[in-house]
Amino acid sequence: MLLRDVTAVALGAAVNGASFGAIAVGSGLPWWMPLVMSVLIFAGGAQFMAVGIVASGGSPMTAVLGGLILNSRHLPFGLAIGDVLGRSWLARIVGSHLMIDESVAFALNQKDPAKARAAYWACGVSLFVMWNAGVTAGALVGQAIGDPMAFGLDAAFPAALLALTLPALKDVKTRQAAGLGALIALATTPFLPPGLPILLALGGLVVYANKANKAQKEEKVAEPCP
Amino acid sequence: MPLTYVIVLAIGTFAFRIAGPLLRDRITLPDRAKELMSAAATVLLFALVATATLTSNRHFAGWALPIGVAVGGIVAWRKAPFVVVVVLAAITTAGLRLLGVE
Repeated sequence: MLLRDVTAVALGAAVNGASFGAIAVGSGLPWWMPLVMSVLIFAGGAQFMAVGIVASGGSPMTAVLGGLILNSRHLPFGLAIGDVLGRSWLARIVGSHLMIDESVAFALNQKDPAKARAAYWACGVSLFVMWNAGVTAGALVGQAIGDPMAFGLDAAFPAALLALTLPALKDVKTRQAAGLGALIALATTPFLPPGLPILLALGGLVVYANKANKAQKEEKVAEPCP
Repeated sequence: MPLTYVIVLAIGTFAFRIAGPLLRDRITLPDRAKELMSAAATVLLFALVATATLTSNRHFAGWALPIGVAVGGIVAWRKAPFVVVVVLAAITTAGLRLLGVE
């Protein structure tokens, strides 16, 4: 069941990786550069953005800063699922490198800690392998891949994340915070560099905090005097 | 994209990634804070869903993409297997584009 779900996401990542490899080589980079980027950075969004900025005449420094803003969301991700990786240093270092939107979503989707760990590692490892295999294929075969938009692949990523977050959204507080956060992100997207609107979505947690305080106060009121 | 910049971006990204697990080690969070962290991750993922569904290069992404994701979302809510969700979303969007819907 888990393996089948992970395979679906990994296949999508392979095709997306192929398009990244093709686009990077098409923009004038040597064939090994997209592969080095994918192995070392392992964050599709930041890689596409960095190559796009440089290809359109932007400075590499701008590309690095943009990529870092986009990837800063991994800090709160790590705070949420840090326990899932494992205790040893090796598990933490390798596990941190495998921290991507999909592996975090798979881990959050599991209530049992052992299952969450299995889901996180299965997703992280298979996406790392498939993404890099895809990038290599794309870089070598180049433009023959075609436009991934024609296959509707840009819909596969948000649909997969949506399916994985649905169970967490059953919780009223979380749903209100996520709804408000999404509104903030959408409203600010036209005006801010990519990545920042996603971080600003955390402002949606105001709803969550208020509700939590209210619940706490009600608890106190309900408590009989000692 | 010179190699030096790739390495800087890689190191910076890794620092963001490992900071969370290391910080969690140093401080013991109360249950309420843990709950809030999980909610924060869900909020971030849902914001990614929203922006990746409705926008492309900071503009409205057109109808084919959000309709495809919505179809995926509805069948996911109806407890369809995950694979069906992903494939149906992609096929719907691809089909709409084939029909000329942007």
